[in-house]
Amino acid sequence: MAKRILTALIGAAVMGIGAQAASATTLGDVKAKGFLQCGVNTGLTGFASPDASGNWSGFDVDYCKAIAAAIFGDATKVKYTPTSAKDRFPALQSGEVDVLARNTTWTINRDTALGFNFRAVNYYDGQGFMVRKSLNVKSALELSGAAVCVQTGTTTELNLADYFKANNLQYNPVVFEKLEEVNAAYDAGRCDVYTTDQSGLYSLRLTLAAPDDHIILPEIISKEPLGPAVRQGDDQWFDIVSWVHYALVGAEDFGITSANVEEMKKSTNPDIQRFLGVEADTKIGTDLGLDNDWAVKVIKAVGNYGEVFDRNIGTGSPLKIERGLNALWSKGGIQYAPPVR
Amino acid sequence: MTIDATIPPGKDKPTGSILNDPKVRGWIYQGITLLLLVLFVYWVTTNTIENLKRANIASGYGFLNGRAGFDVGQSLIAFTSDSTYGRALVVGFLNTILVAVTGIITATIIGFLVGIGRLSKNWLIAKLSMVYVEVFRNIPPLLVIFFWYSGVLAVLPQPRDSLALPLDMYINNRGLAFPRPVFDAGSQFIFYALVIGIIASIFFARYASKKQMETGKRLPVLWTVLGLVIGLPVLTYLLAGMPISFDVPIAGKFNLTGGSVVGPEFLSLFLALSFYTAAFIAEIVRAGIRGVSHGQTEAAHALGVRPGLTTRLVVVPQAMRIIIPPLTSQYLNLTKNSSLAIAIGYADLVAVGGTILNQTGQAVEIVSIWIIVYLTLSLSTSLFMNWFNAKMALVER
Ligand SMILES: N[C@@H](CCC(=O)N[C@@H](CS)C(=O)NCC(=O)O)C(=O)O
Repeated sequence: MAKRILTALIGAAVMGIGAQAASATTLGDVKAKGFLQCGVNTGLTGFASPDASGNWSGFDVDYCKAIAAAIFGDATKVKYTPTSAKDRFPALQSGEVDVLARNTTWTINRDTALGFNFRAVNYYDGQGFMVRKSLNVKSALELSGAAVCVQTGTTTELNLADYFKANNLQYNPVVFEKLEEVNAAYDAGRCDVYTTDQSGLYSLRLTLAAPDDHIILPEIISKEPLGPAVRQGDDQWFDIVSWVHYALVGAEDFGITSANVEEMKKSTNPDIQRFLGVEADTKIGTDLGLDNDWAVKVIKAVGNYGEVFDRNIGTGSPLKIERGLNALWSKGGIQYAPPVR
Repeated sequence: MTIDATIPPGKDKPTGSILNDPKVRGWIYQGITLLLLVLFVYWVTTNTIENLKRANIASGYGFLNGRAGFDVGQSLIAFTSDSTYGRALVVGFLNTILVAVTGIITATIIGFLVGIGRLSKNWLIAKLSMVYVEVFRNIPPLLVIFFWYSGVLAVLPQPRDSLALPLDMYINNRGLAFPRPVFDAGSQFIFYALVIGIIASIFFARYASKKQMETGKRLPVLWTVLGLVIGLPVLTYLLAGMPISFDVPIAGKFNLTGGSVVGPEFLSLFLALSFYTAAFIAEIVRAGIRGVSHGQTEAAHALGVRPGLTTRLVVVPQAMRIIIPPLTSQYLNLTKNSSLAIAIGYADLVAVGGTILNQTGQAVEIVSIWIIVYLTLSLSTSLFMNWFNAKMALVER
């Protein structure tokens, strides 16, 4: 009852009082605490979900681990804060989490009014629709009159409104705050349609009572560039979080994997030498506030971008998502890392 | 926000320093408390503003005029994604009021029935009432809500197998669909007739009771009132050429289209809040009736008043004085508990506010709106009930 208001109140109060105490840099804070506080979702298989003994794994979780590895050389120095779509932004704003790695879409509103910074896009996604096969729907344009289940606090609910309006379709939104509630309502037949990021749909379908009874419609109605977000006002921290992603992509580009990274240190390719911090007198890590071999630590901890993708959401996972747009720029996708030099 | 320092009724003059005067001290303590409070509020406010600025978060209430961009499932007023955030909050507010008012009415009715039931001489009724109270009083309200929601969803059929009810109503797991009246030209007269009927009824009831006081004669109040409130509008409807038509629900591709729908979210929240709060009201009613001394009943019987009338004219009016104050806090509880709506996706003030908070990031502003609205709702309920209580208290001899 009043608990929800209370939480929000405390959140607001924390923003009013707590932030006062924050020290100059996030990196300094993280090092002082000895761990990274990472905001993830509450449980979306493939992206972030805890197992029975509370160990988190997933695509977003690997980003938390990679950042921790870059800072501490130890991917286990992470504490996870599960956040619903709605709670995630106050959690980051108030300083409760150091970074938000939670399939969050980079939008201008979040980049400006909400006070966040985005740069690295670790997954190019788009919004899709899932329906029961028995409805015999082949396209989203046939959905007029449907009840649509959606999670609040997302770009999803905004795109949904725009898409149905633009195409002159009627619908009845059924809006929940928690992911489990949306899932349960869709499974119980409260809605005809489930809409969210397409990657999310693949993951969620696996949790339904009978996954094979549902299909994901071909339409993608939005651009959802997902990536880690940080608070504005700390450029060093923003650089670290962005460059961890670029290191993962760069490693895939160079063919460096968790298995061969030690080997690669001996490479004579100057680009690779610089990337791995073995170049003489390099400042490639210290300029970031990290050790020069930070990229090595990242790759040892989680592998390169391709490995992270395949293990959690790609061919090596139950989700079996194609690389598509998320293939390297050199392989027909748009994942591209700026040069390390 | 001042402390109510209880000062002993000291008649004797203070000896020595003025600081020993309890009255003066009381003022000093209250002054200090007030000062600290003002300073605290000032500190929190400036700090918040400062920090929001530092975090580059926009602030102010200007965002309320912005385009909402999202749709709301249940709304009592017209709302589209082109409406403003401000209007979205109004939609949420009205939904809160709707579920609170209907919930309060139903909870009161169930509560009185069960409360009186517990005092019944009939063993079965008394025990059933007791079980009811114990079950609902001991379950957290959120569970009761989930119970109804999953219960309602599990029991009701899919839209394709909607259950047809009389009067063109249908029920399925998307809610209860019923014909929506469409008011054509001329229907305003029916409304006028209703208003006239109600006003006339009030006057007639007053006149009737005055007449009874004076002459002891009883006029047929019930029939006259029914005739005025129902008969008059119906007659007007017929005379005006039946200007109201109905938009009936018909089966569409996914769901019923046309008509009006009460969603399962509202139904389950309404049922849960009513049933939950009724358990507490039942106990209050029982305590209230028990609180009227048995001698009152005996005296009434000795005067030859029939048992039914004794309850209505002697026991209940006195019990009401005991019942109303705690009843007020149950009404407040129900209103506040309605914010649990968010768990099942009912678009109340907290749910809609939460969405806006998230889309705009205006946490401080939205939280302040929540606080003000719930405070106002609670205070007005209290004021009304205090007024009602004072009115009932006058019955006392
Ligand atoms: N990318 C969208 C949607 C992100 C989102 O929250 N998606 C949902 C559904 S896939 C989710 O991950 N929920 C997990 C949770 O609430 O724990 C956004 O940033 O607004």
